[in-house]
Amino acid sequence: MRIADVSVKLFLHNQKAWRREFRSRDDLIDVRVAVLAGSTANEVMDFIELLLLDQGIRPVFYLSDYDKYFEEAVLDPAKLIAFRPNIVYIHTSSHNIQGTLPLEGSDADLNAHIAAESGRFASIWSSLDEKMESMIIQNNFELPPFRLLGNFDAVSPAGRVRFINSLNDRFAHEASTRRKLFLNDLHAIAARIGCKQFHDARRWFSYKIFTTPEASLAIAKSVAAIISGIYGRSRKCLVLDLDNTLWGGIIGDDGPDKIKIGRDTALGEAYSAFQEYCLQLRNRGVLLAACSKNSEQVARQGFEHPDSILQFHHFSSFKANWEPKHENIKKIADELNIGLDSLVFVDDNPAERELVSAQLPMVAVPDVGSEVTDFISALEEGHYFEPIGLSKEDLSRASQYESNAQRAILQSKFESYDAYLESLAMTGEIAPFKQIYLERITQLVNKTNQFNLTARRYTIAEIERIASDPAYITLYGRLADKFGDNGLVSVIIALKNRHQLHIDLWLMSCRVLKRGMELAMLDSLVAECRQHGITEIYGYYMATGKNMLVAEHYACLGFEHAGESDRGSLWKLRLPEKYVTRNKHIKELVNG
Amino acid sequence: MGEVLAALQPIFRDVLDDPNLQINRGSNAATVRGWDSLAHINLISAIEQEFSVRFALGELEELKNVGDMIDLIERKLAAK
Repeated sequence: MRIADVSVKLFLHNQKAWRREFRSRDDLIDVRVAVLAGSTANEVMDFIELLLLDQGIRPVFYLSDYDKYFEEAVLDPAKLIAFRPNIVYIHTSSHNIQGTLPLEGSDADLNAHIAAESGRFASIWSSLDEKMESMIIQNNFELPPFRLLGNFDAVSPAGRVRFINSLNDRFAHEASTRRKLFLNDLHAIAARIGCKQFHDARRWFSYKIFTTPEASLAIAKSVAAIISGIYGRSRKCLVLDLDNTLWGGIIGDDGPDKIKIGRDTALGEAYSAFQEYCLQLRNRGVLLAACSKNSEQVARQGFEHPDSILQFHHFSSFKANWEPKHENIKKIADELNIGLDSLVFVDDNPAERELVSAQLPMVAVPDVGSEVTDFISALEEGHYFEPIGLSKEDLSRASQYESNAQRAILQSKFESYDAYLESLAMTGEIAPFKQIYLERITQLVNKTNQFNLTARRYTIAEIERIASDPAYITLYGRLADKFGDNGLVSVIIALKNRHQLHIDLWLMSCRVLKRGMELAMLDSLVAECRQHGITEIYGYYMATGKNMLVAEHYACLGFEHAGESDRGSLWKLRLPEKYVTRNKHIKELVNG
Repeated sequence: MGEVLAALQPIFRDVLDDPNLQINRGSNAATVRGWDSLAHINLISAIEQEFSVRFALGELEELKNVGDMIDLIERKLAAK
């Protein structure tokens, strides 16, 4: 059972027991969440807590005094500052909007009212920005429970509906320009549930909770997804069954010309719509994989159908054979170098879903039912692929994995691995952190699990501070080759201590494993050390359960084991008089 | 033990996270450990879900102990 799938009723019954059970796990990261609330927020917080624990995040909460969200952020922020939040969640709603326009109000009055309300919230965000490094999650506004002017409420300058639509537009603009501000789309959450199932006047007057328990859970799911996204826990790959999932019918029995896809039938159209949805996910950075009980040759014919929207090359991994699905899914994760906890599996067959979910509990297996028309909404409910923004890397990710497949073919043609690396014509760029890369660096820091020596996580604010703090040596690495640009793939953060350097973080994206990039990073790090008069480099390896890959990283680079510390095993490299650079294959290395 | 009381027993145990809790008609927020105002909200929500009933605002204010709850639930169920 996954927490994300349980009903409100089960939640209410079991939340205390589950919390006890989950909080005692030892693989959790702590995140400090301050909730500034315009209503009673405890119910939403209880739900958020369990949903985050399920994602491996243990929230430590701060709750503002009732309805003091503005005061504690702007006028009297000492308590909030002392809490040192990583995340500030501003849980406000239409109930917190101040003032109303008289019925004779004009467009100018409406604009003034919007400016006043958005200005009040902007002063909260600016104050938080100034005083702390936290990310901010801000609710926009749900439509009110009644429309005084009926449909005209959306037209009249005095209409509440028009006011909220305009204010939400302003909030969206603010969230797109303020880097640390994330919008929680309360308006869409209420619309999905339905305003009548969202508002609860009885609970508002009794407890100052403005929502039904179901709505509180929906809000919590959305907020937990944003927090998970900020900490790199969003899922990365959609694994799809084929027969009766991507097309109607069984291609091996019915033949490629009889499967249902395309405009001829209602069922075919529905499968086309689902394929289109999958393709759009791929275009925004979610990888697609196929996992089907078929022969590969037969399965591929489905994508040669003239009406197929998905093509074979859209899949970053394609497993069509007669092995059990959970075995194939493990292979997909290996092949793509991502964790099982990055996968979502969609299959119309409940038996297959149950098998995968029992064998691989880390994989998300939503109950999509067996009707293609229900698949999209089941995926949406799960908030699996919540992006916290769209980076250039997101938009080109799928094609980068395609290039990886081309590299693999090339590799098989070479006599030696060195000859292969040479043929890739790699070029790199390694330099201290630059402003334009801070967002990508943060993204990488929070989602890289395997090639990550300490798995320390940092928020964008912390990365910004470190980038401008002379006590640190920072490096990012970009790598390109003849098949394409891999983008920014490696990060080092190290703290100086007189003639010593301590490496707090060293990570690399697994898409450039075994390319010699780590050698180039070391060369650049040593060059930086020379400039700063550093003679000893200390590295740490903290085992996390996911980073076995780099257990011998420092040993391979010639560091000596120098004991154990509370930050893991300690490794030391004394810089020799004359350091011979290690990198051989990455050319045109641009430094600084 | 009455039917409704028997159904309330596991709800109280779960929501208040006390597997040994024994409630009776006289149990109230002062005598049951953990029954604070926030737990009360969860109890009401869980009870409404369990019995598929909905308490009115005025009724919520009248619930002083488990006996009041049982009487109200029985009235609601009878009216269905």
